[in-house]
Amino acid sequence: MSDLPKSDELFAGLDHKPQKKDWMDTPVNIRKGMYCYSANPASMETLGAPFARKWNPLEEDWKLPENWQEIIHNGFRERLDRFRTFKVFMDICVRCGACADKCHFFIGTGDPKNMPVLRAELLRSVYRNDFTTFGKLLGRVAGARPMTLDVLKEWWYYMFQCSECRRCSVFCPYGIDTAEITIMGRELLNLLGLNIDWIATPVSNCYKTGNHLGIQPHAFKDMLDFFVEDIEDITGVNTEPQYNKKGADILFITPSGDVFADPGTYTCMGYLILFKYLKDKYGLDVTWSTYASEGGNFGFFTSHETMKRLNAKMYAEAKRLGVKWILGGECGHMWRVISQYMNTLNGPADFLEEPVSPITGTKFENAKSTKMVHISEFTADLIRHGKLELDPARNDNLKVTFHDSCNPARGMGMFDEPRYVIQNTCNHFYEMPANTIRENTFCCGSGSGLNAGEDMELRMCGGLPRANAVKHVRDKFGVNMLACVCAIDRAAFPDLMNYWVPGVDVTGVTELVGNALILPGEKERDTDLRGEALPGMEEDDAE
Amino acid sequence: MEIEKLLTERKTAISRKWFEQVTDTYPSDTSKFLKQQKDPFANPVGSTTMNSLQGVLDELLKKEPDKEKLVFLLDPVIRIRTVQAVFTPSQAVGFVFFLKQIVRENLKNECRDLQTLTALSAFEGKVDELALIAFNIYMECTKTILELKANHEKGKVYRAFSRAGLVEEIPDDGPELIR
Ligand code: SF4
Ligand code: SF4
Repeated sequence: MSDLPKSDELFAGLDHKPQKKDWMDTPVNIRKGMYCYSANPASMETLGAPFARKWNPLEEDWKLPENWQEIIHNGFRERLDRFRTFKVFMDICVRCGACADKCHFFIGTGDPKNMPVLRAELLRSVYRNDFTTFGKLLGRVAGARPMTLDVLKEWWYYMFQCSECRRCSVFCPYGIDTAEITIMGRELLNLLGLNIDWIATPVSNCYKTGNHLGIQPHAFKDMLDFFVEDIEDITGVNTEPQYNKKGADILFITPSGDVFADPGTYTCMGYLILFKYLKDKYGLDVTWSTYASEGGNFGFFTSHETMKRLNAKMYAEAKRLGVKWILGGECGHMWRVISQYMNTLNGPADFLEEPVSPITGTKFENAKSTKMVHISEFTADLIRHGKLELDPARNDNLKVTFHDSCNPARGMGMFDEPRYVIQNTCNHFYEMPANTIRENTFCCGSGSGLNAGEDMELRMCGGLPRANAVKHVRDKFGVNMLACVCAIDRAAFPDLMNYWVPGVDVTGVTELVGNALILPGEKERDTDLRGEALPGMEEDDAE
Repeated sequence: MEIEKLLTERKTAISRKWFEQVTDTYPSDTSKFLKQQKDPFANPVGSTTMNSLQGVLDELLKKEPDKEKLVFLLDPVIRIRTVQAVFTPSQAVGFVFFLKQIVRENLKNECRDLQTLTALSAFEGKVDELALIAFNIYMECTKTILELKANHEKGKVYRAFSRAGLVEEIPDDGPELIR
């Protein structure tokens, strides 16, 4: 044996065992595929954001203002004073590690700095150094370190590898919400103009034209008109909606992704069908708005002020039109903003009425203050009262599983309504394993503005735990459709499935409703909303 | 004794060792987690790696390993390592070679005659082939990622618009989205 070369000598260059080092001594290494491009200065200027400039994360010089350390220090102090939670979260972590392995980015990337506890330590170490006596005295022994350029870069890299999903908070015995720490971290970075473009440009578009994509009112209407035509081809019924109607009962707002990007567009067709049905049967008076043409609020990923500005637009429109209350579509962070922040941002919306379903008489107590009801709650209530005539067999080609989108689930507490809707519109529904759904749900890996193209590797890593659970139900039950109630999910999941679980498609819950709902006077349908042959109609199709 | 038979008897120990070395390619905190957490849904990287390695070893120990099957078995672990930025490309696939050293160590006492040495070298030939398979899978995965990047959101929005016959209203390079 001795004269045979050892194989690890042959492959010494593979260097398979990383050195064991303390996290503070592991320098940040910004890698391609794991970060998003820096913000376009023009978008930053629209928003009046400070220090708008071109800068490249891979370059040494980030073109920071000279007094950047002072800006961060003062910004930190201001936020400690202003947000009690932030101060508490900085102080009370006992580093028990219960959260450490709960983050999908840690699980997927294998990078220890994606453990929530370490992500928070990035800020906490500076907090100790700048604001605590023992940190000032003992320095590193007390887990403190001064703010340096390397630390700043590390903040930036890892604050944008957190999707603010709150999964870690579910496991923390003290209820520390690392998402809130990331939110603060990003606010501080924004003080130096260090935003990413996938957030800054949508926010700027939203500010200017009312939606993230910057699409103008006439194009918004053209798209809906096109859906109306498509629906008429499929069902024989004209589902023409109302736009900007003053005095309508209800204003409907959904993320622009539903109007402009596949497969959300089919969910949008579902809304149109549902509203037409309710109008014909019960006289429901809903209007769309070409001004408040976006539910999503990427301002939430920037700063509290920006979030407030974008949120205000929906309520301004409700006020202008004089509606009674707002019905919200299948969005993620719109709902997080509504249920967690709306009241103290722009609320309470006293000029609106407490939402009551005009059809069932159900009072939506949970929306008493925000005056905004989720489409799944609304639909579930209609089904519960036997108000919808449904033919679930039209979804029989689908074996469906449901992903609890982080925001409606953990940010809002809605778990059962979408499931109830799915189970009444589909005959084949299968749950993913318990530790991956409901409040334990795994993020899509692309939330909080990370659903860009350039950080695809990061998104695939972050989405791995979710995809792994989908793969399980695909292999076990033949699941071929992943349902969700979030536009970012609908944009992100097709890529995720393509890489990890081919053969599984993505749908919104209301698309399933649109397929199953029997419109008064409709013709016999032979395709679903995607133009694919309905079960039993395949042969006719081939002829 | 044929070495395949010997190795088959010892395969649990061998695959455990291989798994340990592969997880040790991660930073130590991660490696600890990958080894300890047994729930496959809480630890998809650990469980997928374990299943992949065990399956691959089983197949390699057959007289005539089936190439298609090796691709199928090795794919999940390479698919993961391809997107994990902690690895360079060679680190993403190079773990395949760990198996050679583990097997040599394991057969230390048996490798005394030419026949066994020849058999060992034949087995190592299979590992080399496996490495080439790993390389192919890595390239396929990289290609998929590049395609996903190219067909990103901009493309999806553009498709929805062109389906609606609205494309002529949009500048040549698609809707004014995000670069
Ligand atoms: S909020 Fe979500 S992404 Fe952020 S650290 Fe916690 S688990 Fe990870
Ligand atoms: S679970 Fe809570 S207390 Fe424990 S380390 Fe994580 S944040 Fe700190």
